[in-house]
Amino acid sequence: MTSTLTLSPNFSEAGKRYFRAFSPGDDFYESLIDAHRDLTDEQSAMLNAKLILLLANHVGDLTILREALLRAREDV
Amino acid sequence: MLKTYTYPKYEYRQPDEQKERTARRYPVVIVGAGPVGLAAAIDCRLHGIPVIVLDEDDTVSIGSRGVCYAKRALEILDRLGVGERVVGKGVSWNVGRTFFHEEEVFNFNLLPEADHKRPGMINLQQYYLEQYLVERAQELGVDLRWKNRVVSVQRMSDQVRLTIETPDGNYGIEADWLIAADGARSPIRKQMGLEVEGKVFQDRFLIADVVMKADFPAERWFWFDPPFHPNQSVLLHKQADNVWRIDFQLGWDADPEEEKKPEKVIPRIKAMLGDDREFELEWVSVYTFQCRRMQEFRHGRVLFVGDAAHQVSPFGARGANSGIQDADNLIWKLKLVLDGKAPERLLDTYSAERIAAADENLMNSTRSTDFITPKSKASRTFRNAVLTLAEHHSFARALVNSGRLSVPAFLIDSPLNSPDGDEFAGAMVPGAAMDDAPVGVDGKRGWLLDLIGNGFHLLYFTDVAERLGSRLDELRGLGIDRIPVEPVVISEKAGAVAGVRVLHDLQHLVARRYDAREGTVYLLRPDQHVVARWRKFDAHRIRSAVARATCNHS
Repeated sequence: MTSTLTLSPNFSEAGKRYFRAFSPGDDFYESLIDAHRDLTDEQSAMLNAKLILLLANHVGDLTILREALLRAREDV
Repeated sequence: MLKTYTYPKYEYRQPDEQKERTARRYPVVIVGAGPVGLAAAIDCRLHGIPVIVLDEDDTVSIGSRGVCYAKRALEILDRLGVGERVVGKGVSWNVGRTFFHEEEVFNFNLLPEADHKRPGMINLQQYYLEQYLVERAQELGVDLRWKNRVVSVQRMSDQVRLTIETPDGNYGIEADWLIAADGARSPIRKQMGLEVEGKVFQDRFLIADVVMKADFPAERWFWFDPPFHPNQSVLLHKQADNVWRIDFQLGWDADPEEEKKPEKVIPRIKAMLGDDREFELEWVSVYTFQCRRMQEFRHGRVLFVGDAAHQVSPFGARGANSGIQDADNLIWKLKLVLDGKAPERLLDTYSAERIAAADENLMNSTRSTDFITPKSKASRTFRNAVLTLAEHHSFARALVNSGRLSVPAFLIDSPLNSPDGDEFAGAMVPGAAMDDAPVGVDGKRGWLLDLIGNGFHLLYFTDVAERLGSRLDELRGLGIDRIPVEPVVISEKAGAVAGVRVLHDLQHLVARRYDAREGTVYLLRPDQHVVARWRKFDAHRIRSAVARATCNHS
């Protein structure tokens, strides 16, 4: 099985029942924005960099990571 | 400015007790003749409760104000007897489109499946809704008192005393229960010294009602950072009478008085329309908003509903829609308490259930606001990254938040529910607002939600109603209890039995939406919410669940 980057909605939380499709993504987005609350722009950039490294290590698979890097670079 | 609507002027009449100089006692007094106060008053009359509505003004809402009425509110308005007029006059829609610059990046359909009576949403100027509600209230004998302003509230243990100012001076009134539906600035709340806590958002929005002939579809269109209004958002909605509603985000530094001037507004609209189309301004306003709620919605014998109790940002149409649901939740409980069939603490569950709903509305409308108007550079960067990715990837489209439109809360943590003991699939859990479905009734096509509500109901699912035999006696027995439960048989085949209503599950959609099998039963509240369900009929368990749903269990 070849690994590919998931590009369809994929957020969920164990033990939580969602009645609305938008809820899990909105839960994540709120946490993300909250994590940046009261930070300076520089601190925010540092947080983002650390977050990417943490998640990249969690994903681990370089095929997927390279595809994500490619997608992220489009339209920048 | 053009006028497509003539504001009615409702007649002030001096109240009898003011002429007679005697204070009379009434079971229910409602302050505020907006959509929520009027819905509560109509519901009181449907339950046979005499009711007075006091309003300091003598007409309906000035300007279109709340324009989006969601499916659940429409179903409640159907129960109140104004759904047909509201939907007939309004513009029905289900699809919303979101644009980033000039590209469409996301769209949603509020009602992706067919076979519901009501659409996901209609747009209608608030003044029409209020006018129809006033006319319905008059028809049902609500005592509507215009130009009656409450100047003081005195709370006693067993009643509330009001002093009311009219063009003829002051008079007093006594109420067993007072419903405060007096809006976001609620003078009643202030007089009682009660706090309302939450966030103020530092942003201003211009709203304009524009009359024009346009062939845009009846959809909600939302722009992030469009070329005609850079760095801000814009929202377009179609209303009745060829009136279009346009919202422009202005930013906190905008001068509201300056922005309301036609010479400022007209160029903005021209830039948006991008052609020489003719239009006329009908109404313009600049608003700010807050996301906040009271700690409790019940304070002794005073019950707060609608904007008086909770306020949300307008993104998601969760203001008037949730207020109408407040009334829907409250009045059947108040009726049971007034009749001595339930303890007063049933009214505490009004507060608890509607606080749960308000928190969900506050959360969703705050999230939308944070997405639409980012408060930091990092937040704006994420927002624009989502919008850019959304052009190509479905995961990002799901994150685009231009407003999560009003849907009913699932009251899953309500103490009135009896928890599931049997296995069920689907969303009709205890605490859910009922799903609609087509049914055959007396040989005609009708709708489930038109036939349920106002009292407790029990749905009994079966293949052939005529084969129910002695079960029918047990079902009829529930109908004559102290708190009656009217049985309704949902039958796969058309049929009829004596003394019990049979609905034909024409397209098998009731059974499918409720995950029902032969013998499945659903206990339903007067406000069309599921409160308990079982795979097998058991009269004792049903009666226990009714006791729990009315705070009569020990």
